[in-house]
Amino acid sequence: MAKLRPEDLDGIAESMRRAMSLREGAGRARLTVHMGTCGIAAGARKIMTALLRCLEESGASGVILTTSGCAGLCSREPMMTVELVGEAPVKYVDLTEDKVKRIFTEHVLGGRIVREDALAIGSEQTV
Amino acid sequence: MKTYRMHLMLCAGTGCVSNGAYRIKAALERELANHNLQDEIAVVMTGCNGFCAQGPVLTVRPEGIFYQLLTETDIPHLVEEHFLKGRPVSRLMFTPPAQETPVPKMSDIGFFQKQRLIALRNRGLIDPERVEDYIARGGYRGLAKALTSMTPREIIEEVTKSGLRGRGGAGYPTGAKWESAASHASDVKYIICNADEGDPGAFMDRSIIEGDPHAVIEGMAIAGRAVGSSLGLVYIRSEYPIALERLNLAIRQAREYGLLGNGIFGTDFNFDITVFRGAGAFVCGESSAMRASIEGEPPEPSSKHTHATEKGLWDKPTVLNNVETLAVVPEIIQRGSAWFASIGTEKSKGTKVFSLVGKVKNTGLVEVPMGTTLREIIFDIGGGIQGDRSFKAVQTGGPSGGCLPSSLLDLPVDYERLTEAGSMMGSGGMIVMDEDTCMVDIARYFLEFLRDESCGKCTACREGVDVMYQLVSDICAGKGEEGHIPLLEELGQAVKDASMCALGGTAPNPVLSTLRYFRDEYESHIREHRCPAGVCKALITYRIDPERCTGCLLCARNCPQEAITGERRKPQTIEQAKCIKCGVCRDVCKFEAVTVQ
Repeated sequence: MAKLRPEDLDGIAESMRRAMSLREGAGRARLTVHMGTCGIAAGARKIMTALLRCLEESGASGVILTTSGCAGLCSREPMMTVELVGEAPVKYVDLTEDKVKRIFTEHVLGGRIVREDALAIGSEQTV
Repeated sequence: MKTYRMHLMLCAGTGCVSNGAYRIKAALERELANHNLQDEIAVVMTGCNGFCAQGPVLTVRPEGIFYQLLTETDIPHLVEEHFLKGRPVSRLMFTPPAQETPVPKMSDIGFFQKQRLIALRNRGLIDPERVEDYIARGGYRGLAKALTSMTPREIIEEVTKSGLRGRGGAGYPTGAKWESAASHASDVKYIICNADEGDPGAFMDRSIIEGDPHAVIEGMAIAGRAVGSSLGLVYIRSEYPIALERLNLAIRQAREYGLLGNGIFGTDFNFDITVFRGAGAFVCGESSAMRASIEGEPPEPSSKHTHATEKGLWDKPTVLNNVETLAVVPEIIQRGSAWFASIGTEKSKGTKVFSLVGKVKNTGLVEVPMGTTLREIIFDIGGGIQGDRSFKAVQTGGPSGGCLPSSLLDLPVDYERLTEAGSMMGSGGMIVMDEDTCMVDIARYFLEFLRDESCGKCTACREGVDVMYQLVSDICAGKGEEGHIPLLEELGQAVKDASMCALGGTAPNPVLSTLRYFRDEYESHIREHRCPAGVCKALITYRIDPERCTGCLLCARNCPQEAITGERRKPQTIEQAKCIKCGVCRDVCKFEAVTVQ
């Protein structure tokens, strides 16, 4: 191991940046893959794996990947909800690994909603 | 580090490890693998989370959901429900005392909310066994700044201006100590980290080393640069195996990265650290006794005609700082003295770590700004008294400290105020006592500890504490006499005056402070042969209230002496000749039928 110089500290911190922002809970985007039994049967696990790979390859930080139960629209699984800070959540349906890659690049990183895969924008009303 | 979507921060402090944290880790890894989640979710072992009462504890990141009192059988359900399907399991969350709804998020739990973390800044956020984790949270930047853009003079000035005072007990200004050591020219100087935490119930230093060993290493290196020392030494007790292991590992990592050794950060500064294991004698925490211990002599204090900063270890200028003091230093250098000095009270700056133990609901490790009141610490953070009994006293400062009554609950905690009240800051032990605690018995307990731990060098401490112990034991046994109280006070003063070191000088404190605030309890023991709290065995009798007793026989079945007799469904009686006053009957009775008089 080479001896560190002061500027090397930044490099080490950078390599840990994503892990640390995850632990500190600071996120600008939250991606929720619906992992009900229906979602898993329709391939939600593969969607999660693809998202992790996107995250790894892009080096983006502040993107939180999480799961939740069935969203109630089992026929359109796999589904995911993308929430960017300050914007309404967007639900995507009938996902495939390729669709997820595009959504990640265009919506999560680029801020442009992929309209053809989006089911709805906004959340359901709760009383 | 590999990309994961979730980090499971599992506490690996001594408390949680004793409660099976590593078994939980194995179960988590097994279940994650069962669901093929091992590449999505990481299990990270952290230092002490602080909420030891609820261990083993686990914080799920990024959500910040806090799980507690985990058992291996909970894990399969938890992994499938929450970590796979995203449905947090409320049954494993913390429900605050007297409430019904569990609180999912760690940041919303009262115990954590009121704390402000400086010494414990990385608590639960890093793996103490990885230097990369420490660096990622800003670690070693204080040292880099100190070495590349500050002169030793400027480092000392910064620490002086911050108002940092020693966290080990005496509260001596750290900057002044460094300045004195820097002013004495010598080929060799030493930085000693005092990790010989000896107060019963105190575990601040252990937890800091276990949870963030690099913070201590960095603080020592900065101190070394400031005073012109290249040799550090950590004096740590052997009873701290996890702390020792993580400290040794951290030192190896720091050497590997060139953060210890020659030419640190490419400068001309050399610094290395060795670890000295103490055998756990209370007196070794005293500076001159520690010095003797390191030099291979019996650990006895010696008189301090010259300061250790001039002639300390091996007669070389020596700085002795406590673990917590050193752990705070990197933050002061990095964030500036003004930031640190803005926290706390006029003469006590920054925060202080306390180990909150005893009859309080949320026992654990807490860090609060100086000036926080005892009430806030015990009731807001600590959640109040167990079993909804009432508060009686809090003992601060360890065996050298004193017991403070409920009338002082609004006392802001800082060095001066605690001393004025007859106690002291000490290293930060805080033992909470409820109405069932006998203050005479507590004084007896501390005297017994101090009698055992007195090194025996000064007659006043060796013999005086022993006689005080005998007198207080007599009072507990119902053999107290009128003259005992003034004798205790006189003797206490003599021990204070005639002992050389601070341990002897403060040894009478538990007696003197209980006499000051709870004199009536001593008087009840002596005059009425009565222990008001129902603790001192010679003065109490257990009886069964026939009105309340249902004859369930639970007490009779549990009595080790078979002293309880009576027919089923009829009131029971205790045969006093057989009773050993162990209190089991009272503990097991569901109808509060067993009374103590």
